[in-house]
Amino acid sequence: MVSSIGRHTLALVHGLGDFAVFTARSFQAVLGSRRLLRRVVRAAFEQGVRCLPVILIVGMFTGLVLGLQGYYVLSRFGSESLLGALVSLSLVRELGPVLAALMLVGQAGSALAAELGIQRNSEQIAALDTMGVNSLGYLVTPRLLAALMIYPMQTALFVTIGLWGGSLSGSLLLGLQPGVYWSAVERAVGSEDVRECFIKAATFGLLTIALCCYHGFNSHRNRSASGARGVSASTTRAVVQSSILVLTADYVITSFLV
Amino acid sequence: MPADPQTPLLQVQGVYKRFGDNVVLSGVDLEVPRGSVVTVLGRSGTGKSVFLKCLAGIVHPDQGTIRFDGRALDVDEPRARAEFHRRCGFLFQSNALFDSLTALENVALPLEQTTDLSESDIRKRSLEALRQIELEQHADQYPGQLSGGMQKRLALARAIVTQPELVLFDEPTAGLDPLRRNAVFTMIAKYQRQFGFTAVIVTHDVTEALVASDRVALLDKGVMHFQGTPAEFTSSTDPVVTSFRDSAAALGATLASLRSGADIQSED
Repeated sequence: MVSSIGRHTLALVHGLGDFAVFTARSFQAVLGSRRLLRRVVRAAFEQGVRCLPVILIVGMFTGLVLGLQGYYVLSRFGSESLLGALVSLSLVRELGPVLAALMLVGQAGSALAAELGIQRNSEQIAALDTMGVNSLGYLVTPRLLAALMIYPMQTALFVTIGLWGGSLSGSLLLGLQPGVYWSAVERAVGSEDVRECFIKAATFGLLTIALCCYHGFNSHRNRSASGARGVSASTTRAVVQSSILVLTADYVITSFLV
Repeated sequence: MPADPQTPLLQVQGVYKRFGDNVVLSGVDLEVPRGSVVTVLGRSGTGKSVFLKCLAGIVHPDQGTIRFDGRALDVDEPRARAEFHRRCGFLFQSNALFDSLTALENVALPLEQTTDLSESDIRKRSLEALRQIELEQHADQYPGQLSGGMQKRLALARAIVTQPELVLFDEPTAGLDPLRRNAVFTMIAKYQRQFGFTAVIVTHDVTEALVASDRVALLDKGVMHFQGTPAEFTSSTDPVVTSFRDSAAALGATLASLRSGADIQSED
């Protein structure tokens, strides 16, 4: 029992250290990378444009549900006029960054882990090494840089669409004056809330894309499965761990910033 | 400083590699003269591919030295590693082409990432490499749209576009029928003469290797059992060499006895 706990703890510490070194080396590779901008733009397209529909749909429905639930709860206390504040603060401070990050993990992160896993399996990563190309710099660095830009942008979009969704259910469906809703939004959200939102989004982007890249890039180290099953196991692990990481990091950042 | 031209381009001494309890290479020696084609033969699972990956610097030997152009290969030192990889190409068994890049982009990749050439020069050199291997018309196609033979040639174009002095071939004919095997060895011999690189080929195709190579080595149970010319290999009376060399004839005899309905005795 004790030895088992010790073994798992050591494995966890080793894994965290390995992940930290992987991320640091990926950033270090910025220095020696050639034609990096083109690959960053390509990675931004993959993470951004392809995730756009899911961000828009989930953002809209999150706002609609928040508006609906918030209106009925607030109406019990005669405070329907605060619906804009409730929707905006929920979205800007918590739900926007967290849900957008989870959507991006499900869409872009999983694709990334699978793609790198297949590239490892088919020796494309080894081929880069034999060509003298830094495989981290070529495959991982552009994705990390793109995530630092794309996650905040997607989160901003998610929040904006969510606010419209809240307005739609509050004003159009339940009869609240649009002016009352939007003025409550304006009064409630301060610059520190927006700052917190972007800090969270950039942190989630960096952590989750780094973790998905880490699992895909190192899929050959998987001892329990190899080949297609190894890629599948790495992708699943990447998505599950990234989702947990988003919620853990959210708690840590919130406790520091609030 | 360039080494003496008489010095072998590649010298391998006492290379030892194990994975867990499995000893794959147990003190392997090999010399590869400049401008020659050296074939390393061996049964499946004897460590040929691991040996080649040690030569390419992507697997680290536990012991032993690999000298390239007279200097010990130090793949832990970034500058030495970059210099070595600039002078060495590798053709993978699976071709390892990037399926999301076109044929032209695949060939241009090493030039884009390891040289300071302009975009137009990279394009010119990549198209020239494609033209030399007769794939110019397929420059905008993806690897998945090309036949197996074309993919092999494309992988070769990528391996030689930086004009390396040494090209390593990992089982270039694995899984191919005899006609395609001949075509691949002919292609290697043709381009080796055209570009003048030194080649190390790992394979288990004896007949084709003997025709296409200047020197032959036999790797068996992690040890280099034989090194010499194809003629020396053909006339060797070493039991391991004869057993490997005559394996094709043994297969013929086994199949003949199978057809006649006799029991087949397993070698094991």
